[in-house]
Amino acid sequence: MEKFSKITSTIVPMQIENVDTDQIIPARFLKATSRDGFGENLFRDWRYDENGNPIKDFVLNDSRYDGLILVAGKNFGCGSSREHAAWAIHDYGFRVVVSSYFADIFKNNSLNNGVLPVQVSEEFLNGFFENPETEVTVDLESQKIYNSATGESELFDINPYKKYCLLNGYDDIDYLVSMKDEIEAFEKNR
Amino acid sequence: MSKTLFDKIWDSHVVKSIPEGPDVLYIDRHFIHEVTSPQAFSGLEKRGLPLFRPDKIVATADHNVPTKNQHLPISDALSRLQVEKLTENCRKFGVELYGLNHPYQGIVHVIGPELGITQPGMTIVCGDSHTSTHGAFGAVAFGIGTSEVEQVFATQCILQPKPLRMRITVNGKLVKGVQAKDVILYIISQISASGGNGYFVEYAGSTFSDMSMEERMTVCNMSIEMGARGGLIAPDEKTFDYIKGREFAPSGKELDEAIASWRELNTDPDATFDKEYHFDAVDIGPMITYGTNPGMGMQINNNIPSLEELDPSEKSGFTKSLSYMDLKAGEKLIGKPVNYVFIGSCTNARIEDLRAAAEIVRGKRKADHVTAFIIPGSKQVEKQAFEEGLDKIFTEAGFELRQPGCSACLGMNEDKIPKGEYCVSTSNRNFEGRQGPGARTMLASPLTAALTAIEGKISDIRDYI
Repeated sequence: MEKFSKITSTIVPMQIENVDTDQIIPARFLKATSRDGFGENLFRDWRYDENGNPIKDFVLNDSRYDGLILVAGKNFGCGSSREHAAWAIHDYGFRVVVSSYFADIFKNNSLNNGVLPVQVSEEFLNGFFENPETEVTVDLESQKIYNSATGESELFDINPYKKYCLLNGYDDIDYLVSMKDEIEAFEKNR
Repeated sequence: MSKTLFDKIWDSHVVKSIPEGPDVLYIDRHFIHEVTSPQAFSGLEKRGLPLFRPDKIVATADHNVPTKNQHLPISDALSRLQVEKLTENCRKFGVELYGLNHPYQGIVHVIGPELGITQPGMTIVCGDSHTSTHGAFGAVAFGIGTSEVEQVFATQCILQPKPLRMRITVNGKLVKGVQAKDVILYIISQISASGGNGYFVEYAGSTFSDMSMEERMTVCNMSIEMGARGGLIAPDEKTFDYIKGREFAPSGKELDEAIASWRELNTDPDATFDKEYHFDAVDIGPMITYGTNPGMGMQINNNIPSLEELDPSEKSGFTKSLSYMDLKAGEKLIGKPVNYVFIGSCTNARIEDLRAAAEIVRGKRKADHVTAFIIPGSKQVEKQAFEEGLDKIFTEAGFELRQPGCSACLGMNEDKIPKGEYCVSTSNRNFEGRQGPGARTMLASPLTAALTAIEGKISDIRDYI
């Protein structure tokens, strides 16, 4: 997994709540057997019409917005556990998703793929939607997110273990495999 | 110290707690299917790791299999490749596979319980969010992502922060015509599609203990639709009776010992929960959803909320949702014509669901404009339906009884609802495009779905029974 430390970028503001993983990547695009290429179909049915033409008023097609940070309404990533949603977001080029609430499985999936979910207060989130052309800094080390348009910053939570993994580019499997003896001992003692 | 049922099961599976980090949780059963496993197998190969405990894994093909002519090669090239990849991976890594045409094939959350693989006290995972279904047996069961599938492949463990505890208590007898599906849709409408985020739910109270095992599965299945990681119900005599005699259930002395230990699986009387909800069964009527998340549901004879009734922060999402559904705030749904009815999915495709639908349909004929199809949850459910003559009842009524799979619940195969059409569906998600691009899903019980097909419009089951 690639390391994550600090990112400064413009944002893509998507003021929609309860974005489910079926919207992030519709089921009919889950037929691949590798992890690559899902970015092409990220938000497919919001982004393109049935003939494959871009839908102008969808934020990903709005030339004013671009960047490594996706900002979305509350309860982002609910629904299906498909990790393809995290792969699609990463493959498209996002490294951070900001929302006031994340669904649990999506949060785990994105952390396992080097995409940082940053949960902020409702008020702080609105600061982005009110200033969509802002530049934002996300610093994992200090767990701080900064909105340059308002000059405000907020601390965000992350599990210390997950933070350590992201900062160092480690993944869970490396850790678990190193525990094999303990796991076998656990099995014997049950 | 007093513990909840969830704590008892979770804590007994913790290999190690990482200070300030997640738990290393041991997994007893791992179900896999064709869509969320290929990248985990290839990840394992890339790392040069063996599959740690192949005997704890069961595989089936369900998500993108066709529901017609399953004996023929799958016509969609990508689906075929994915199913073939599963077969190849299972052979290579020594995993038991109930693939297409196997008598045990079916939706992963239907076959686990019916084969006796799902048992009380277990930790169960699958790369599918509806793994919560298995909680009906008093198991800690939850959906995981593909990286986590790979973790379980490599070590039979998963790194997981422990969720908070929520208890939802419902007491009392359900009104005639109200099904388990209505109960869970009601609960989700009350606490919202995100109200369970961060929690693991225990369902308690007489309404759940009165339910059959299949009804409990329907309830636990939709725990994820309120954002909860999973939901479970303490096992009881019904649970033990259900498990007894099934293919992979313990038998003889082993079963007696197992039952003795399963009886310990309950929440201590003075254990505390982080959050509690209480509801009364009498308040629950047949439910239907009108929006694009499962929290947007109401009693079928109610009106869709008007804009004035909503919190200002909810208005934009609500309006977007109704515009997708082509419905108006304040509108009544009773009497609304519907062209599609789907009875199936891991929520409602078990034999009791098919029997309930058949009771409504028996001797009647679907409305001419309705396309109604029923997808049994597994080969065993299908076989049973034929043995009981349900196939004839459905066929005579103009319903199509097809072959097992996830089908139009998520429209990965060719079973899709056309753009702009309403579908009264017994599945679990009414997200935009879930049943096909532009499809408009209304979630309901098998009784309501069957009745809608006969009447050709949304109807209240209480007026008919």
